[in-house]
Amino acid sequence: MPRIAYAFPDEVLEHVFSFIHSDQDRNAISLVCKSWYEIERWCRRSIFVGNCYAVSPVMVVKRFPKLRSISLKGKPHFADFNLVPEDWGGYACPWIEAMASAYPWLEEIRLKRMVLTDESLELISKSFKNFQVLVLSSCEGFSTDGLAAIAANCRNLRELDLRESEVEDLSGHWLSQFPDSFTSLVSLNISCLGSEVSTCALERLLAGCPNLQSLRLNRAVPLEKLVNLLGRSPNLVELGTGAYTSEMQPDVFSDLSRAFVGCKQLKSLSGFWDAMPYYLPAVYPISSRLTSLNLSYATTESPYLVKLVSECRNLQRLWVMDYIEDSGLEALAVSCKDLRELRVFPSDPFGLEPNVALTERGLVSVSEGCPELQSVLYFCRQMSNAALVTIARNRPNMTRFRLCIIEPRKPDYLTLQPLDAGFGAIVEHCKNLRRLSLSGLLTDRVFEYIGSYGKKLEMLSVAFAGDSDLGLHYVLSGCDNLRKLEVRDCPFGDKALLANAAKLETMRSLWMSSCNVSFGACKLLGQKMPRLNVEVIIDERGPPDSMPESCLVEKLYIYRTVAGPRMDMPGFVWRYTGP
Amino acid sequence: MSVPEEQDYVGLTELPSMEKGSDKFSQRSNGTTGLNLKATELRLGLPGSESPERDVAGAGKSAVVCGAKRGFSDTINGVSAKWALSGNGGSETSLGKDSMPNSPKPLLHEKKQPQISAVPPKEQVVGWPPIRSFRKNSMASNPQKNGDDEAEAEAKGGCLYVKVSMDGAPYLRKVDLKNFTSYRLLSSALEKMFRCFTISQCGSHGISSHDNLSESRLKDLLHGSEYVLTYEDKDGDWMLVGDVPWEMFTASCKRLRIMKSSEAIGLAPRAMEKCKSRN
Repeated sequence: MPRIAYAFPDEVLEHVFSFIHSDQDRNAISLVCKSWYEIERWCRRSIFVGNCYAVSPVMVVKRFPKLRSISLKGKPHFADFNLVPEDWGGYACPWIEAMASAYPWLEEIRLKRMVLTDESLELISKSFKNFQVLVLSSCEGFSTDGLAAIAANCRNLRELDLRESEVEDLSGHWLSQFPDSFTSLVSLNISCLGSEVSTCALERLLAGCPNLQSLRLNRAVPLEKLVNLLGRSPNLVELGTGAYTSEMQPDVFSDLSRAFVGCKQLKSLSGFWDAMPYYLPAVYPISSRLTSLNLSYATTESPYLVKLVSECRNLQRLWVMDYIEDSGLEALAVSCKDLRELRVFPSDPFGLEPNVALTERGLVSVSEGCPELQSVLYFCRQMSNAALVTIARNRPNMTRFRLCIIEPRKPDYLTLQPLDAGFGAIVEHCKNLRRLSLSGLLTDRVFEYIGSYGKKLEMLSVAFAGDSDLGLHYVLSGCDNLRKLEVRDCPFGDKALLANAAKLETMRSLWMSSCNVSFGACKLLGQKMPRLNVEVIIDERGPPDSMPESCLVEKLYIYRTVAGPRMDMPGFVWRYTGP
Repeated sequence: MSVPEEQDYVGLTELPSMEKGSDKFSQRSNGTTGLNLKATELRLGLPGSESPERDVAGAGKSAVVCGAKRGFSDTINGVSAKWALSGNGGSETSLGKDSMPNSPKPLLHEKKQPQISAVPPKEQVVGWPPIRSFRKNSMASNPQKNGDDEAEAEAKGGCLYVKVSMDGAPYLRKVDLKNFTSYRLLSSALEKMFRCFTISQCGSHGISSHDNLSESRLKDLLHGSEYVLTYEDKDGDWMLVGDVPWEMFTASCKRLRIMKSSEAIGLAPRAMEKCKSRN
């Protein structure tokens, strides 16, 4: 056998591999041959684990001895909407502990939907001498005490990002724990914190950190203080304001405006809690610089929103509440030709009647006017097949399309037909669609379209849709690149699941709740597929094995794993274990 | 026992549920799409491709139902466990056994009461619309922009997501109090959320006949004194839910607990007194 693979010394190969950063490419390299596997694993610096239960910390540490950066995701996506019970899992502790002993040079930890304790935070702060980046996205279980440990001990911290985490707010004084000598901060996101942080501590921190580029404050920081803070961080690229409201004072207004202008790199704005129309124009002088605007907490009326948005001609990303209305979106379509991402959130999601004039027309306008539009998240109360077909034809370059028609199972409001044809057009025309969320009245037909056309689809979210197992079968058998499927309240059951059992090993995970899957099918699947964890969240007392096979399970989470059954299952999660 | 027509391609469906549900399945599959499911060639796609005959044999063993225990889904049939404060029953989680083939789950809002007031509040489906807690909490503290903000506009610093525990239930849930504008809605939502636990309680009492589970058999859970709904307020005291005006309740409630009545004795007088001492 030609020994070509050994013709280069390992160091040369390692040098070549150091130019390869993408995880997929790295994985491919490691499959070439044993020696490449060995070389690659010793020089991999960064790893992404999409499901923390798919592999164990011990396995990761054993295979990759020199990691500098790790990203982990824990709970299923539907945990964001309260569908996953407390104490389900997603604990970061075993990972932190394993890494603390194995990777003294670890620099970056990014966690999403995981449970993290103050003890773990303290362990992080003391175990990694060159720790630089901590991103905790939608995490919980820790308090400001844990943050104090990070502040006090991580001398080289660059990023501290707590986006949307649930932090127990014991006091605002943790910020003062950053020593006077601390200078390395580049990004700070504390927007999720409820209570006040000491403005003095903030000012001191900002004064000491000239490289700060991203600062996201929490709501408790008043507008007047914002001016001082901006003055101390002239290099900001991203700013999240606190509450954007105050008594109407012209000098505050002009100070604020001047402060915005003074940050010459500023491109992205967010925050804007309780935004008052009076202060929005303070942004106008820098509006042409802005590429990203998050007004999704600004409960401001339409005309003021429209005026602001129309000034921002270079906008690429806009998150806004439905107060912008159809007319505002039409204006957006005229002004912002570089728009790539639009998210419209509902101001009154639980109200029965629409409270704003936002319909499908707004989205159609944007799809017509914005040629670069690729990513959409849109909450509305009515939709038609005609609108969806138009959107699909206008924007075949769409990659993420998430539509939430607020009332479940609502048909096309013009024809009273299901929205199968509309969503079908989306998957047919948008050939690079990677993520799709469905809503409205839908039959099995829409899933037939998705299975036929959705060849690049990676993530699909389904609720209150379909007629039978066929729907699920179409998706599982047709979508070649499907990684994550989450389903709730659909009549999908055993037949489709069992017939596509092998498909499940090619996916990261499948969530099904309030569907028609029986306990017997779960047992069978668990029995036949040892590399899947088929976890049933049981909702009645008693040993699960005494539950009749015909029982329908309320919640089911299936994911592929090489780590076997997880060790931390709470009492209400059951997994097949017997012979 | 009739062999379900789907057996060929799944090969594992000797499950007893099929005898009760198979009519429904055939009905649903043939009636809905007009397709013969065999034609779609759903095959058990497991590695090692076992033959259907072997699977049937194997399944036969594992599919034996133990004893006289009813199917969980059968239990839920016709159940309308009620909280005392809730006017409407309705099986939100009816597992489709007695509903139409084409829509196994009746829509929540189809079961609404006829409208009496101008704007009847909507009943909440858990996790729908899909809005993250962080956003919900932030919005809840915003004043509503519309004219009619009698109830919603206030709530400064009030509790939002609160944990709900139930004695005997295996896990906690969370509810967002801002989703409700009255005790009736709250109790109705809690009833739905914890229905499955109450059923298991009844099941464990050994009710033998399963087709007659009507309201009269299951006790009304609040008035019928099996459970009471209590909450912990900001002072750490446990109070009965319902004694104080709704807004006061949401402002002070830290967590909820569905308590067995036997344990709740003694709460009532304290709640009254506390109220009196406040006012």
